[in-house]
Amino acid sequence: MDWLFFLIQVLNGVQYGLLLFLIASGLTLVFGILQVINLAHGSFYMVGAYLAFWLVSQTGNFAIAVVAGVPLAVLLGFLIERLMIRFLYERDHLTQVLLTYGLILIFNEAQRLLFGSDVHGVPTPALFTASIPLTDNLQYPVYRIVVSVICLVLVAIMALVIQKTRLGMYIRAGSTNREMVQLLGVDMSRLSTFVFAAGAGLAALAGIISAPLSSIYPGIGENILIVCFVIVVIGGIGSIKGAFIAALLVGLADTFGKVLVPEFASVAVYAVMAVILLWRPQGLFGRA
Amino acid sequence: MEPAPRLVNWLLLAALVALAFIPQFADRYHIQLLTKIMTMAIFAMSLGLLVSGVGLVSLGHAAFFGLGAYLLALLSPAGEGAAVWWILPVVLAGTTAAAFLIGALAVRTSGVYFIMLTLAFGQMLFYLFHDSKFAGGSDGRFMNFRPVVTWMGDDLISLNDRPTLFYVTLVLMALSYLAIGVVMKAPFGRAVLGIRVNESRMRALGFNTYLYKLVAFALAGGMAGLAGFIYATQYRVVNPALFHWRESGLVLMMVILGGLRSRLGPLVGAFALVLLEEALQSLTDHWLMAMGIFVIAVVLLLPDGLTGLFRRKPKAAEAADA
Repeated sequence: MDWLFFLIQVLNGVQYGLLLFLIASGLTLVFGILQVINLAHGSFYMVGAYLAFWLVSQTGNFAIAVVAGVPLAVLLGFLIERLMIRFLYERDHLTQVLLTYGLILIFNEAQRLLFGSDVHGVPTPALFTASIPLTDNLQYPVYRIVVSVICLVLVAIMALVIQKTRLGMYIRAGSTNREMVQLLGVDMSRLSTFVFAAGAGLAALAGIISAPLSSIYPGIGENILIVCFVIVVIGGIGSIKGAFIAALLVGLADTFGKVLVPEFASVAVYAVMAVILLWRPQGLFGRA
Repeated sequence: MEPAPRLVNWLLLAALVALAFIPQFADRYHIQLLTKIMTMAIFAMSLGLLVSGVGLVSLGHAAFFGLGAYLLALLSPAGEGAAVWWILPVVLAGTTAAAFLIGALAVRTSGVYFIMLTLAFGQMLFYLFHDSKFAGGSDGRFMNFRPVVTWMGDDLISLNDRPTLFYVTLVLMALSYLAIGVVMKAPFGRAVLGIRVNESRMRALGFNTYLYKLVAFALAGGMAGLAGFIYATQYRVVNPALFHWRESGLVLMMVILGGLRSRLGPLVGAFALVLLEEALQSLTDHWLMAMGIFVIAVVLLLPDGLTGLFRRKPKAAEAADA
């Protein structure tokens, strides 16, 4: 493997990992603050992907898909939190798993009703269709770099909000001790709704910007959800820092797995998880 | 998990006897449907052992169901049926060993970690069989001949005969139910129940709780493998969908729908859910939507499941023994 090829794989792995982080961060925060395990989180990714497909095919403009799609997903997340997830706070994990499992069934069937079972694609936005030539027959698409940059900017914003603002302080405190923060006069109910809706928006955004990179098919949300669970488990539940490192790890493991051991590519990610859990059962940054 | 009251036991026996007469007048389709339901009941009971026995919520239990089915299909010779005398023990040992290995990792964790881990391992097996050439990839495998039950060279029971397979499944279901009862009454079951209620106390009493949970996980895996074995025998075809977490979710739903507080729960849940699935499928192509709404309604409205509907125990007493 020459170094250029290696570089391309690293770029791909990092880009995939950053994308995964957008989804996994919502999952881990929702668990940290709401104490709710949300299987339907992957559905927001699917909603984003199909919104991108629908909005682009209607308007022909990718920017509109981003600008209109994300608020729609946030609204959807807001409604679901207020109408259903709210009732799960005090219930056990089993109940949460089943209710959100039911939500997945509904989302998937709604997708089939609206868009059918065909595989769809979204064209790369016209502005970023170019490729950077590396050698005579190797090139790197600009859009992949754009996706990585968007993700990095979002990571920076998230880090800033969580570490430096009052809101972030409440989020950090809330994931440590929910009752205590409530007693100190913070409206945890509103904070929970905010975190859930923001997580939905992030997952949907990931779905939208990744739509031109891959095909859109039924069940797309579930596949990504399982990978994100692996990330959350590796990183430690509730830890944003852990999710970030684990997402990059998983992104690279998946990309290199596909290149080095194509037969067992899909197992590579789980092998990484197994090794890390043997070493630290509570994840890299989890509290035991 | 508490023992079923005496009246329930008699009703259960009556239901079993009634089931035994069904092949006399039912058509092929319904015999097949009931065989499938009873297979799912064994599968659900194995998960019930974990969820209500040990308090471990597994979202990857379909892994062992699928493994049982695949082991049978892959190990059966192409030209004849495999003899049950060796293939059944091999399949059971294989699934139990797989559950032991996965459990050794998963049982180290608890709560949400355990849910996510079992889900991830289940999907790992799904992808392993989905992507591998030796197992037929996404199409799966077709099994030419069903396993045979022979004695001194003669066919003792023919599993090709639908009613016979029905009775064999019925007996296996009844035996599984009784076996779980025996296990839960034995010192092992008592210890496991203790772990569900208060693990740290059991550990303080000197129990190796990790080992107890691991053994329970392996037992449940082996039993799910038995269900997979029957499934593959009935349909003679296996595919990666058997491993899919949708199956794991569905079987978990059976356990909850039936009710966690009764040993009968998984049985009742399996019958109710498969029949509902059948009814919805005949009504609409988009039956999964209705199923999703049903699942949410059950979770929000029936926290004690169907068997909880017939429970007259007052709320206060329930709180006392919880």
